Amino acid sequence: MKSNRVALAALLGLIALPLVVREPYFQHLMIMVLLWVTIGTGWNLLAGYTGQVSFGAAAFFGVGAYTAGLLSFHLGVSAWWGLALGGVVAVLVGFPFGWIAFPLRGAYFALGSLALGEVMRQLATIWESFTQGMMGVLIMPTFLSKLPYYYIALALAAGSVLVVRLVLGSRLGYYFISIREDQDAAMSIGINTTKYKMISLSLHAFLTGTAGALYMNYMGFIDPHVVFSLHDISIMAILVGIVGGVGTVYGPAVGAFIMVALQEVFRSAGFGALEALSKAIGGGFMAGLTKYVSQAHVLAFGILVVVVIMVLPNGLVGDWRKVSRLFKRAS
Amino acid sequence: MAIIELKGVSKNFGGLRAVDNVSFKVQEGEIFGLIGPNGSGKTTIFNLISHFFPVSAGQVIFAGTDITRLKTHQICALGVGRTFQVVRPLKRMTVLDNVISSAFLRADGMRRAREQAEKWLDFCNLTPYSGQLARGLPIASRKRLEIARALATAPKVLLLDETAAGLNPGELDEAIELIKKIRESGVTILIVEHIMKVIMSISDRIHCINHGQTIAEGEPRDVAKDPKVIEAYLGHGGGGHA
Repeated sequence: MKSNRVALAALLGLIALPLVVREPYFQHLMIMVLLWVTIGTGWNLLAGYTGQVSFGAAAFFGVGAYTAGLLSFHLGVSAWWGLALGGVVAVLVGFPFGWIAFPLRGAYFALGSLALGEVMRQLATIWESFTQGMMGVLIMPTFLSKLPYYYIALALAAGSVLVVRLVLGSRLGYYFISIREDQDAAMSIGINTTKYKMISLSLHAFLTGTAGALYMNYMGFIDPHVVFSLHDISIMAILVGIVGGVGTVYGPAVGAFIMVALQEVFRSAGFGALEALSKAIGGGFMAGLTKYVSQAHVLAFGILVVVVIMVLPNGLVGDWRKVSRLFKRAS
Repeated sequence: MAIIELKGVSKNFGGLRAVDNVSFKVQEGEIFGLIGPNGSGKTTIFNLISHFFPVSAGQVIFAGTDITRLKTHQICALGVGRTFQVVRPLKRMTVLDNVISSAFLRADGMRRAREQAEKWLDFCNLTPYSGQLARGLPIASRKRLEIARALATAPKVLLLDETAAGLNPGELDEAIELIKKIRESGVTILIVEHIMKVIMSISDRIHCINHGQTIAEGEPRDVAKDPKVIEAYLGHGGGGHA
């Protein structure tokens, strides 16, 4: 299959990439891309394939991060144990939530998941004796080089895409999609919809929690506003899915690359290009513009989503035929 | 032994008594027709049997087991399949994948599920559509897809809800053939149907309700002559043209 070959080539390219690109800055960006591939892929399993739109990725991401951080902080255990446990603890948080929220359908589940993220953020802020509150958790990173983190993130990202592929070729995948298409019809053909929604939620929680634990290990510092962030984590997970293609295997991987790149272009104001320009021209106008652009990424994300939904409702991967036709017409 | 038995089943929606103390027994191997004017509670009875909502009173017995409190998917797993009056295909799945999804209830592994699904598609004459998305199917084929999907769960009883509605005369004959073929394969059928040609020609026995209450039960010929049934369908002063 063609998509297999493209995926394999992409994987080989990613394995070789840090050996070619030695700039730590770009290696850092690639690690973030890979983390987002994992989170977006997990979100896509629940939202794209099972039809349960989650606004709660931050809850699981943060719980995974705090699991790794607090294990190290309180017990002196290597934060790498957290990498194994972060996903598991996230699943444990997901279970009671799913049990309460899954009898709700549609928008109500989404609202419930939104609340879960906020509840977890408040909890991490208020429970100072356990979480250090707003002071956050600081641990010593294990490696100075970015390479080990890069390859762990790559393994995680590739693993999550593989999980989706395996799920789709099995009973699980058929049941997930049946639930997405019509819950009543799914029940009528003997599918225990609550059970399979729970399994899908658990996969989402596990992948996102593991990504959170890796983030803790890599960054060495977390606080509630970073890892439980509604717009930087939960909404970002949705954007990664929508831009890449909801309900497509490789959509979130493509979406992660675009979203991280876009975020960085804005954060760094065109990788410093605008700043250089404003210095060259002089005057307050460009300097002001630079400042606004670097703060405007949330606005730009909003515009991007509107455009994507209007032009490519199935995302870049889902509407690839449309995209490639555009390219052909242009050339 | 009765394979499906309703004992004094009632359902209230707020102040409305949609089903009022209905009892009947469906014998193994028969085609049991359920008729009644629009809004008389036929589909509600189906939804009560497969527990899309709970009964307000009474019991539903399947092959000697009380299934009144079981969940929809458990009832299906026991062997009660159903179709929907307003067809509910899994739209963004192919016809084959629709049926594979339900074959997974009994089949272990992808290959077995696929074999089963292909068998039932063939049984329902849907093989030519196998690779198409379900949302693109014409109505007659969608109705048959509903049946194929229900059959792939290997039911002992099949609840057919207005399988013939909206079909043209040619398609109607095919639908009748299919229903007979299902019965010959050993599946008991409980059918709701408006089209008299269908229900009268295939049912062994018919149960007629009006305003949620039983008004007649018996062989098609007798039910058709029953004055209460005629009155329900044609109103007061109607002749004997049922």
